[in-house]
Amino acid sequence: MAMTTTDPVMGADALADAATPPAVSLRGLSKNFGAVQAVRDVDLTIDQGEVVAFLGPNGAGKTSTIDMILGLSVPSSGEVSVLGMTPQQAIRRGLVSAVMQTGGLLRDLTVGETARYTASLFARSTDVTAALRRAGVAGIADRRVGKCSGGEQQRLRFAMALLSDPELLILDEPTTGMDVEGRRDFWAAIRHDAGEGRTVLFATHYLEEADAYADRIVLIRRGVIVADGTGAQVKSLASGRTVRATLPGATEGALRSVPGADSVEIRGDSVLIHSGDADKVARYLLTETGAHDLEITSRGLEEAFLALTGDDDENPGGNR
Amino acid sequence: MTTTATASELRRRPVPPLGGFRLTVLGLEVRRLLRNRRTLIFTMIAPAIFFLLFGLNAAYAGKPAGHGNVSAFILINMALYGAVLATTSGGAMISIERSQGWSRQLRLTPLTPVAYIATKMMTSLVLGFGSVAVVYIVGLLSGKPSMPVYLWIVTGLCVWIGSLLFAAFGLFLGYLLPTENVMQFMGFIMMLLSFGGGLFIPLSSYPHVLQDLAQYTPLYGLNQLVHVPLTGATVAWQWPVNVIAWLAIFVAGAVWRFRKDTARG
Repeated sequence: MAMTTTDPVMGADALADAATPPAVSLRGLSKNFGAVQAVRDVDLTIDQGEVVAFLGPNGAGKTSTIDMILGLSVPSSGEVSVLGMTPQQAIRRGLVSAVMQTGGLLRDLTVGETARYTASLFARSTDVTAALRRAGVAGIADRRVGKCSGGEQQRLRFAMALLSDPELLILDEPTTGMDVEGRRDFWAAIRHDAGEGRTVLFATHYLEEADAYADRIVLIRRGVIVADGTGAQVKSLASGRTVRATLPGATEGALRSVPGADSVEIRGDSVLIHSGDADKVARYLLTETGAHDLEITSRGLEEAFLALTGDDDENPGGNR
Repeated sequence: MTTTATASELRRRPVPPLGGFRLTVLGLEVRRLLRNRRTLIFTMIAPAIFFLLFGLNAAYAGKPAGHGNVSAFILINMALYGAVLATTSGGAMISIERSQGWSRQLRLTPLTPVAYIATKMMTSLVLGFGSVAVVYIVGLLSGKPSMPVYLWIVTGLCVWIGSLLFAAFGLFLGYLLPTENVMQFMGFIMMLLSFGGGLFIPLSSYPHVLQDLAQYTPLYGLNQLVHVPLTGATVAWQWPVNVIAWLAIFVAGAVWRFRKDTARG
């Protein structure tokens, strides 16, 4: 294959030209900060065109994972590929852009200058005014960034992220500090974008936000993906309870066929069955199998969700 | 935009040439510097005022100095002071950009670190040029400095190009100090270094110990060298050695801190 570019894409030969690579592919991804494991062995594939919410409490590893997807930090182990390339290769082509939580703006530039500055750095960019209009900041193009409200700054970051017309848009807690109306407008703009086929991955710690705006929710807790599915699926998981029992020799296949079982796990002689109808599962286990020492707990994912909405004292890896 | 893009379509998206270096950005960076009133006062107005204060004194201004007079000698001092302050400021602005998260934001664009630093250096040089120009124009208008026309140009160029040494110093500071207060710190340091280099008071009027010490400070060699076209003095080996040694220290320091900064933890 003839490579005319100075930046040959790694592994390009292995990829059929006509194949559509996933927007994000994470394989065995881990990130340690000293002794703290912020991200542990995460596998995740996001296809092009998906709108995915990355849901988890503060310190769950969302931002650490996003930083690795964007090439801002290097994985301790594992692989990241973005649209079939390394993060850096995708960024240099303007294929991926991001709206970060805070910072990333020069206070002494105006809104319009910031957008022009950013646009000029890409080989190809969309019309600056159009991007500002789309993000709802065209009217304050002459205002200094330092004089803008938090919401206005966030919409400017969004406009900047649109400038390279990216295939993948990543938003890290994008509505932090916005009022209700600002949130609604912001998400309306994102939905509009996703409707045009852009892949969107956003991190949030609000279940409602994830449920309302994402096709798929990936729930992460303490650096591990604990659930992955549609909003309805994840919500049913979260609302259920866990039945734990001793049942030597159980197989996953057999446990999944237990009436009412949503997800199953085997730990040695113990089995854990998560269900929206724990009574039904318990009744079945005690009457139809040799299970004993049964207990029903409302911990696990539900606890995770409590942490999502409340304060989380544990903060492994910090919020970075 | 289509719903999905194939690998070859994705690869076909171009990467900008020159690591993303753009004149648009250079223009915006210069505009930022000019918009900063404090930078303008310190790098353009203050040096010109210092010249008016020290360079017009009838007691010595008209006395001969090499191919010109003492007033011309002091003019070069003040132009050098302004130019090095300007180029240091230009580099040190990186510190403010780091503290505001802009450097991190730029890593989400095709701009390479080398292109970014090149832009900063050029911005510094534009400001340094402005500083030399203002001092020289004020000098010209005052009518006191006297030297041949070609020396106005040659010394002005020497000061301007020499100020690159401090663009490296500014980069070092910018990557060393991630703080919004870097400019105050820098102003203080530059004042000390200017006294050390003999920009404000001739070194011969210092006690011996201080004179010896001053010869090792980073403005000493440069200050001596930029005056050579005017004074016609024989170049002492210590002068270029001083400049080269400090350049090496500043560049090494900047590279060291820069590597730390961009290391993708």
